[in-house]
Amino acid sequence: MEIKVLGAGCAKCNQLEALVKQTLQELGKEANVEKVTDFPTIMSFGVMATPALVVDGKVKVSGRIPSAAEVKSFLG
Amino acid sequence: MFEWIADLVVYQWIGLTKGEHLTEALHFFIYDVMKILFLLTVIIYAVSIIRSFFPPERTKKILSHKREFLGNIVAALLGVVTPFCSCSAVPMFIGLVESGVPLGVTFSFLISSPMVNEVALVMLFGLFGWKIAGIYMATGLTVAVVGGMMIGRAKMEDQVADYVYQVKLPETEIESLTWQQRHDYALQYTKDILKKIWIYVIVAIAIGGLIHGYAPEDFLVRYAGPDNLFAVPLAVLIGVPLYSNAAGTIPIVHVLMEKGMAVGTVLAFMMAVTALSVPEMIILKQVLKPKLIGVFVGIMAVTITFVGYLFNAIL
Repeated sequence: MEIKVLGAGCAKCNQLEALVKQTLQELGKEANVEKVTDFPTIMSFGVMATPALVVDGKVKVSGRIPSAAEVKSFLG
Repeated sequence: MFEWIADLVVYQWIGLTKGEHLTEALHFFIYDVMKILFLLTVIIYAVSIIRSFFPPERTKKILSHKREFLGNIVAALLGVVTPFCSCSAVPMFIGLVESGVPLGVTFSFLISSPMVNEVALVMLFGLFGWKIAGIYMATGLTVAVVGGMMIGRAKMEDQVADYVYQVKLPETEIESLTWQQRHDYALQYTKDILKKIWIYVIVAIAIGGLIHGYAPEDFLVRYAGPDNLFAVPLAVLIGVPLYSNAAGTIPIVHVLMEKGMAVGTVLAFMMAVTALSVPEMIILKQVLKPKLIGVFVGIMAVTITFVGYLFNAIL
C-alpha cells in the first residue's frame, strides 16, 4: 500500500500524518507514508485544499481531517 | 438565560451587592463572555455546515465560466463560504487559474476569503451591534469585488509564476458527504476555532468593560477622529505589518472604538490587518511575481482607505 499525505506543512497536514501513522500501527500494517509538500505534485492529484490523503494513487479525502474511523476504512 | 446565570454567579455565589461599580462590571463581563461564546459556537457550526456544501472543486466549477463583474461578485461570495486554510491559498489559486477563471475574479475570491470572517462578524455584532457588523460584511465584499476588478483590468497575466500555467489538474469527482461527515467536520472545526480564539474573546470583553469607566474618551478623538484626514491611511499603514486573524484584532478594535476613533478608520485598520499581512504576501510570492504583489498591495491599500473615508463620511 502506498500512502501519501499532501500538504505544504501546516498544522492540519501534520495532524493528518500523525493520525495515519497511528492508525497503521493500530491495524498492525506496514506501509510507506510519504509527505508531499511541493505544489505541482500536490496539484497533479487534482487537490486544491490541503490536507489531503492519497492511498494507492486515489484521493480519499481533501480539505479536512477525516475521523479516525474513516482513516481506518481507507487503510483497512 | 445568560442574564440568569450572571445573576447567580455575581449575587449568589460571590455575594456582591447590586448597584456597585465592580458588581455591574463583573456582571457585564460574565454576561457578555457567555453571550458571545454561545453565538460563536452556533454561528461557526452553522457556517461549517454550509461550507461542507462548497468544496473547492465546486467553487472552481462555478467560477470557471464567469466573466467580469458578475464573476467578481460570485467569487467574493464564494470566498466567504469556501473552506480553506491559508496554506491552501496557493493550491486554490493555481486550481482556479488552471480552470480558466480570470485573474481578477480569482483575486476577488482570495481577497474576500480572509477579510470577511464569521468570527469577526459575531464579535462585531456582539460588541457593537448589527449595524457595524453589517457594514463590515458589506465593505469587505465591496473591497473584494472592486479590488479584483481593478487587478483584472491591469492585465497582468504574465506576472503569475510560469509553472502555474503548466499545472494540469485531472478531473476529480466532488466528494459527496453524509450528514454524519458534515456534522463531524463542523464540530471539529468549531472546536479548533474556539480553542484558538477564546482568549481573545475574553480579553476583548475585559478591555471593553475596563476602559468604559477609566479611559479619557477624547484622547484618540483628537488624533484619529473623523476630522483628521490622515487617520485612515495611517491606520492602513500601521495595519499592514501587523499579522493577526480577525479574532485577534477585535480587542484592539474594541479599545480604538471605545476611545473615540472613527468607525471607518477602525474598519480600515481591521481590513489591513487581516487581508494585507506580510505572511500572506510570502505565501503568495510562490505564485505571483513581485510586480503583481506590488499592484495587489497598492490596490488593496487604496480601496481599503477609500472605504474608511466613505464610512467616516456617512456615519
